[in-house]
Amino acid sequence: MNPTLPSHTVRLCHLYPERMNIYADRGNIAVFANRLKWRGMSLEIREFTLGDSVDPSDHDLYYLGGGQDRDQDLVAGDLAHKADALRAGADDGAAQLYVCGGIQLAGHRYQTASGESLAGVGVLDLETVAGSTRLVGDIAISTDLCGPSVEVVGYENHAGRTHLGDVSPFGQVISGHGNNDADKTEGATRDRVIGTYLHGPLLPKNPQIADLLLSWALEHRYGGRVELAPLDDTLEKSAHAVARTRVGLDR
Amino acid sequence: MLAAVAPTVARAVGSLSRRLGRGGGTTLPGVVLLRLDPDAIERSAGRLDAGSVVISATNGKTTTTRLVVDAAKALGYSVTTNRAGSNLERGVAAALLDLGRRRAELPVGSLGVFEVDEAALDAVVSKAHPRVIVLMNLFRDQLDRFGELETLLERWRQMLTNARAQPGPVTVVANADDPNLAELVRSIGNDIDVIWFGCNDATVGLDAVAHASDATTCRRCDHPIRHDPAYLGHLGAWACTNCEAQRPPLDIEIVSASSTATGQTVKVRAGEQHIVVATPLAGLHNAYNIVAAVGAALAVDKRRGPADGTSLSTVATALGRTQPAFGRGERVAIGTRELSILLAKNPTGVNQNIRTVLAAPDPVHILAMLNDRTADGRDVSWVWDVDWEPLIERAQRLTLTGDRAGDLALRMKYASADMSRVVVVDEADAALDDALGKAPDNATVHVLPTYTAMLDLRTILTGRGLVADQWDET
Ligand SMILES: [Zn+2]
Repeated sequence: MNPTLPSHTVRLCHLYPERMNIYADRGNIAVFANRLKWRGMSLEIREFTLGDSVDPSDHDLYYLGGGQDRDQDLVAGDLAHKADALRAGADDGAAQLYVCGGIQLAGHRYQTASGESLAGVGVLDLETVAGSTRLVGDIAISTDLCGPSVEVVGYENHAGRTHLGDVSPFGQVISGHGNNDADKTEGATRDRVIGTYLHGPLLPKNPQIADLLLSWALEHRYGGRVELAPLDDTLEKSAHAVARTRVGLDR
Repeated sequence: MLAAVAPTVARAVGSLSRRLGRGGGTTLPGVVLLRLDPDAIERSAGRLDAGSVVISATNGKTTTTRLVVDAAKALGYSVTTNRAGSNLERGVAAALLDLGRRRAELPVGSLGVFEVDEAALDAVVSKAHPRVIVLMNLFRDQLDRFGELETLLERWRQMLTNARAQPGPVTVVANADDPNLAELVRSIGNDIDVIWFGCNDATVGLDAVAHASDATTCRRCDHPIRHDPAYLGHLGAWACTNCEAQRPPLDIEIVSASSTATGQTVKVRAGEQHIVVATPLAGLHNAYNIVAAVGAALAVDKRRGPADGTSLSTVATALGRTQPAFGRGERVAIGTRELSILLAKNPTGVNQNIRTVLAAPDPVHILAMLNDRTADGRDVSWVWDVDWEPLIERAQRLTLTGDRAGDLALRMKYASADMSRVVVVDEADAALDDALGKAPDNATVHVLPTYTAMLDLRTILTGRGLVADQWDET
């Protein structure tokens, strides 16, 4: 077990923050930054937009959020030039989080409502096809990624139906639509990569997932196994408890 | 035969509903009327000899409707309007129901002025055939209900295409400062009559386009849009960095608007003429509402002849007398203190309200109320897109309440607020007392509620005898 040190810094590659931010993605970034800060560490945020090139040896954590269809189309075209770097980063053990539109672009392919096919990063073995209705509402899932059966709560709003190939789901749907409203899977994960439809945003009410990604990122940069010091999560747990009631679970 | 009976039945439902105390009876008769007589809107609206004005926006439609009603009355029109919040198709039907009651000829100069929900605009326009369509802004709002902004833009494009094809002239009064809206209106064609309004006071420009911007990319060429400056959210003096797309020349503009927390003086240019509106409606958003209303008034009145200085000064005086609609900058005295209630349910609305609050001398006392019921939007993630940071810096105390107060508390925590100044009080009644109790004598407590939270607050204030029952307001 490696102790974390005040000098430790996580290098974040934030992809298209000006376009892919529709469901409060900035909240997830604020959680990364603050939970490091409260432990005496820091987050170094690097923003990447259309035309920028990404050096996979330079980042410990990657983030891609959701956008409106129009922005997602633009981003998909540009991602083709960044896909090799993102896959190399994942293969190298960097932590990556793809949320909402992000998970659709992390797969092999996204077919829009008009039938157009957008190539994705291919970092997660999945495909997405836009449906005629949107899957909208509060959602709770159960994941085993950070201990057995940890509940993750959020809100989903997506037209895409995602089908997994040879990749594990991020979690099993307790209540809500999930990847495709049929197979009870939600999101996808491999190595230190997570893709999910859950926003709300995801991390403030699910600090265990935030800390999992941060420990992965620190392990990527500094090696060894990292266990983060606990924080006072009273407010986080309280908001999580209220969100649970929105899918009919007890407070 | 059925059509002749329908208004009577619907009105009976309305009075029963009012007596049962359900929703004030504002739209239930409209629902019944539409079911019994689907052509009711078309036929009743057709009796208005001066036609109808419809007003739609993400933010500001209620206040702007009040402004247009007051201006039109001052110009001598006999005005039919819908009640605040009853802005779906059935709300317009309920308003027109009152016309059906009058068997005699309506007076000359009968005009309808209707606030219409963004998603109901296409349906209302196709039936009411308005002569004036006021399009004010579209911001991201209630994504769980509307889907993406693009969905609404597409519906509005279809609505305008249909409106242009309708018999009789149509004037569109549109916000030139909203890049999405301006490009949408221009895409309809050159033969549509447009009055463009916007802002031209660089001193009220923002340092940067707000985080929650929905117009960063040119709709013609996909290159970035530049705002020089941005005024409010993505509203501004915009231009594409690549092609010739830019803000249309303004017909009516805010020449200057300098607001305190309690009102402002707005200098307006309308064509060659200048007017000054001194108004209790604070904030730049209300300056936009005022120029939109000037545009609507001129569009209505130009059928009686070209606008002259007399009618414009009549409009300016009338607009200055319009009081805040409930929850929209409304002020309520409570003992030696005062509440200022600023409703908003999307990032741009709250950002603008925060800006208005910060025009007050510091420190400020805040009661923020977040609900997640249908009318608020079930998805509360939008509170993360609000720029709370400047408010947190100036807030002596932040009292949080509402069904999702816990989410607000997290937002404050991750914005590095001093959490000893932030308190969550679950019950709205107790939260109000906390906020008032912690504020000094003669202080104003600024309340930032979502829609249903504002209704909850009004119920409390009504219970304490501090405001009249909202349904009795006209
Ligand atoms: Zn352009």
